[in-house]
Amino acid sequence: METILAFTVAVFFAVSIYLMLSKHIIRILLGVAIFGNAVNLTLFTAGRVTRVVPPIIPVDLDTPAQATANPLPQALILTAIVISFSIFAFLLVLAFRAYQELGTDDTDGMRVAEPKGEELPPLGY
Amino acid sequence: MAAESAYAVDLSRAMVMVPTTPADWLVVGPVAIPIVTGALLLMVRHQTRLHGSLAVAGLFATLLCNIGLLARVLGEGPQVMTMGRWLPPFGISFAADALGASLALVATLVAVVCALFAANDIGTVGRRYGFYPFMMLMMAGVGGSFLTGDLFNLYVWFEVFLISSFGLLVLGSQHRQLDGATKYAILNLVGTTLFLISTALAYGIFGTLNMADIARKADGLRESAPLTTLAVLYLLAFGMKAAAFPVNFWLPASYHTPRIVTAALFGGVLTKVGVYALLRVMVLIFPPERALLSGLIAWVAAATMVIGIMGALAQSDLRRVLGFVVISGVGVMLAGLALGTPEGLAGTVFYAFHSMIAMTALYLLAGVMNSLGGGYSLRSLSGLYAMHPLVAAFALILVLAAAGLPPASGLWPKVMLVRASLDSGLPWLAFAILATGLLTTLALGRVFILTVWRPRVAEKPQGSAMPQTGYLALAALCLPIVLMGVYPEPVIGVARQAADAILDAPTYIGSVFPGETAQ
Repeated sequence: METILAFTVAVFFAVSIYLMLSKHIIRILLGVAIFGNAVNLTLFTAGRVTRVVPPIIPVDLDTPAQATANPLPQALILTAIVISFSIFAFLLVLAFRAYQELGTDDTDGMRVAEPKGEELPPLGY
Repeated sequence: MAAESAYAVDLSRAMVMVPTTPADWLVVGPVAIPIVTGALLLMVRHQTRLHGSLAVAGLFATLLCNIGLLARVLGEGPQVMTMGRWLPPFGISFAADALGASLALVATLVAVVCALFAANDIGTVGRRYGFYPFMMLMMAGVGGSFLTGDLFNLYVWFEVFLISSFGLLVLGSQHRQLDGATKYAILNLVGTTLFLISTALAYGIFGTLNMADIARKADGLRESAPLTTLAVLYLLAFGMKAAAFPVNFWLPASYHTPRIVTAALFGGVLTKVGVYALLRVMVLIFPPERALLSGLIAWVAAATMVIGIMGALAQSDLRRVLGFVVISGVGVMLAGLALGTPEGLAGTVFYAFHSMIAMTALYLLAGVMNSLGGGYSLRSLSGLYAMHPLVAAFALILVLAAAGLPPASGLWPKVMLVRASLDSGLPWLAFAILATGLLTTLALGRVFILTVWRPRVAEKPQGSAMPQTGYLALAALCLPIVLMGVYPEPVIGVARQAADAILDAPTYIGSVFPGETAQ
């Protein structure tokens, strides 16, 4: 199970990095979304995949009878999902505003903050 | 009920049974106070008149709390508080040692001054869009990052201040801001996601996220687990947050675009959180891996400081010059991490104190110059000495501070770092630090000559009021800069204690796990 998940994570990372290398903001954002999911799967796999046995202690015992599923990675992933979802929502709005205002989603064309061919500072007075 | 008595268990094996003393609340104060103030500010978001005084009061309370915490940490060693009474590593620990507490104190000091400056600089519209709440939540994130003792919690605090910084960065929605914020947001998100990847792998290896727990388990796993790979991933992730050389391009793309007080806060505080995280993880958790990577870190440090300051030489916008000076300062701090000696790390910590205050002051100075001279361009900004001699005095102190010349605070950390480099047999690193000092003198000296000494080349701007709050803020920041310059002993003492705190892992582990003997 871990091997299959590890390969899935590898494919996710490869796809997301390929998308993030693009010049277009929208592709970069798709890459960022997949990147976040790749990390969540990494967290899930790193917490060891134990299926079937839920982490619930039977009524008459003090400790679980056998190795159970690990709930902590799921708590971590839940936190990470919430954070990456909210940031992704912000990024979408930001990218849309930037597209509306700047008229392009090509990062090569977005040179308002760092214009091309700026003059050097004066060398003397 | 009968069931409860039937299952009476010994809670002391799982929970903290000692009630929390009031003094222990100091540990979470630097996070709790800004969050509560931020929430209050959101509740009164329509009464924009209240915002300034509420924020300053909240930050001032945070500052007092930080002073109390640092005094306690310096006197009694690391202070630990674990959330929800669960014993560590199951509960999330806040562990304030001398490094975290002192950096949190300086960051809050800088934030108080920024909040004062913003009282005049941020108008009603900016307040309505939430400048002060964003600022308070960002400081909560920064304080949490400095004080937490848990890797995943550190990630959460990173995201807290990152999200708030997005809000501050786009406040105003000018074209330049949208452009800068897009690049800042995407690259920083990739950086924190890299941090999350490293944390996932760390959890897979150690089965715990508590830093003290990881530090004590690392020795047993060094042979079997890929800890060097993990250390490199952390170096990349935190290097990106700190704006170290090959991954620093988000900083000059964005730091000159927002309101000047936002830029001052970012330039002063945010990159140092990255440097702090590097120190914490590389020195406390992965000391052998840090030693293995020290050559790489030294080259990164030298490249960051030299290439950063060469970028500053080529800029004609004052704020963009300062962005590159921030990067160059990060390189100087990384030099101490590369050395890893107590002297070198103390130099790094002292430089972080100095850099937080000096960079914020330089950005605020740029803001004052803009309001007096009408612009940030070095081509037109001029004649300030004739019009406003006081600005010239502040500018002189701050240029000396950033360049590392006496009588300002930049001198002593550079002396410590140069001496530590020579002691460690790395004369080229010492040379890089000194060459950076020379180039900074050239870059900022030219700014000083052009803006202050040069006679006016443009029309005198209309109706520029005397920036009283600007002068007040600059005076509040120049005072510690000069004090640290002429009487550095107490600050060097704190910096040495901070360096010892991260080098001495057993004490840190012992304070998080008081019942067990540290290995």
